[in-house]
Amino acid sequence: MGEIVLDFERPIVELEKKITEMKAYAVEENVELADEIKRLETRLYRLMQDTYSKLNRWQRVQLARHPNRPYTLDYVERIFTDFIEIHGDRQFADDPALVAGLARLNGEPVVVLGQQKGRTTKEKLYRNFGMMNPEGYRKALRVMKLAAKFKKPVVILIDTPGAYPGIGAEERGQGEAIARNLFEMSHLPVPIIIVIIGEGASGGALGIGVGDRILMMENAWYSVISPEACAAILWRDSTKGVLAAEALKLTAGDLIELGVIDEVIQEPVGGAQRAYDEAARKVKEHIVKNLDSIRDIPPAVLIENRINKYGKMGFFKE
Amino acid sequence: MVWFKRKSPGLRIQKRKEMPDGLWVKCEGCGEIIYKKQLAENSYVCTRCDFHFKISSRDYISLLLDADSFQETDATMEAVDFLNFKDTKKYPERLKSAIQQTGLKDAIRIGHGKIEQKPVVFGVMDFSFIGGSMGSVVGEKVARAVDYAREKKLPLIIVSATGGARMMESIISLMQMAKTASRLARFSDEGGFYISILTNPTTAGVVASYAMLGDIHIAEPGALIGFAGPRVIKQTIGQDLPEGFQRSQFQLEHGFVDMIVNRKQMKSTLNRLISMFTD
Repeated sequence: MGEIVLDFERPIVELEKKITEMKAYAVEENVELADEIKRLETRLYRLMQDTYSKLNRWQRVQLARHPNRPYTLDYVERIFTDFIEIHGDRQFADDPALVAGLARLNGEPVVVLGQQKGRTTKEKLYRNFGMMNPEGYRKALRVMKLAAKFKKPVVILIDTPGAYPGIGAEERGQGEAIARNLFEMSHLPVPIIIVIIGEGASGGALGIGVGDRILMMENAWYSVISPEACAAILWRDSTKGVLAAEALKLTAGDLIELGVIDEVIQEPVGGAQRAYDEAARKVKEHIVKNLDSIRDIPPAVLIENRINKYGKMGFFKE
Repeated sequence: MVWFKRKSPGLRIQKRKEMPDGLWVKCEGCGEIIYKKQLAENSYVCTRCDFHFKISSRDYISLLLDADSFQETDATMEAVDFLNFKDTKKYPERLKSAIQQTGLKDAIRIGHGKIEQKPVVFGVMDFSFIGGSMGSVVGEKVARAVDYAREKKLPLIIVSATGGARMMESIISLMQMAKTASRLARFSDEGGFYISILTNPTTAGVVASYAMLGDIHIAEPGALIGFAGPRVIKQTIGQDLPEGFQRSQFQLEHGFVDMIVNRKQMKSTLNRLISMFTD
């Protein structure tokens, strides 16, 4: 993976480089620099703690979009075993922006879904940048119905910059496909665990995002609209994303306060892109714990609870 | 020295009015000048080209329900600014001016009424209130209308007119999609009958939730109905959109609405449908 450095990460990366160089120098020249290295490492640790605990909302959006951030399949291979991918909506096409399949979670068969972004240009195009078409939502629904039929829990990873806005998508009913999923997911008779791992943009995310437990990674964002699109409409200037991100209150910390999500999953210091295994281990812990807490709830109660969960979301006066 | 000179003036931005003041109005469809009273008598449909003017929730109530049958519920519900949302204007200011201009509390009214003596639960959105946008109030009122229809075992009719979710309530607006859809799922599971009427425009978050979840979908002629806005699509694909894209006829051809019904026949169509499903 190439080195990509976000603005606010620059001092950290420079210090890291210095430490690496110093270590190499110490070995090469056989000089004693241990104290100096240790001093720099302490400084680095403090700098990282300081930087990442004070990120503003726009900086978190940048981290959520970090090109090295783990994507759905990176998590799938670390969290599950025996993943069997399945394809197609049985109506029109397969949508590579959504991966779906069967897998084992600590040995137990589950159904897994998630938006997939690409890393190389070719992959990005193939995955349509993680933007689903209607057939993607219908593929998701088909797979969820399979889960319902065989009474398997559903685990869904969300990471999308939005549902695809294209002519074909509209012709095939993007709105209807998302609406249908919200409707069907709200009365699916099996547990659904949602994890927002990166970007959660609007209806494109929610279209596979209705569930019993909503978990969100520390540096993910989830909002009714992307900050840039919001800025373009309300400020008439798409470069005002910084302002829009602040106004939209789209971070995990904001959403837990608003009661939209159930848990925040802590990321490795500096973000999930710095330690895939550690990030995946955390995500797995949360999935397992939450699944255990709802596994034995009878389907009718599960559905009623789910409807009530969303029923409580809203602020108004009467 | 100026190299290029504009021969004709640039794009002229006209402020679109819901119903211009004065005795006469110009049809947006064909340019015909129509006597306002005559237009009102014709259900605000152009007498020459059938263009459907945008009308208020009040107009829909009088056009579709029996006279004086509408009993509004939850009429005092109001939005609150729980995020301290501020763009170029503060959200409470936007709300205040919308309330002043429209005389409404938010972008939807719900209640019960009668169609040719048949009781129904009725919800109607109003585009003039912050673009008919769906925030907590719209979501909660739709949910309550669904629940009311479920309790009373009555048909549910919702007239949509909206640009989508309300940005000033951010994620909570998005969650109203799940809230309304989940209530409709329960209503449907218990045999509830729901007619969704899509008027100009019905887009984004509302299309991706309750407007597209009817047992029957009726579109008014020429309505813009779609998920992504035409401007966004145009920007994404970098080419012009085909004529009639995302209009009612397009949705009918692609199988997402059951019928296009002229506003003048809307009430009789509703009456016939309700009889079929409830007799």
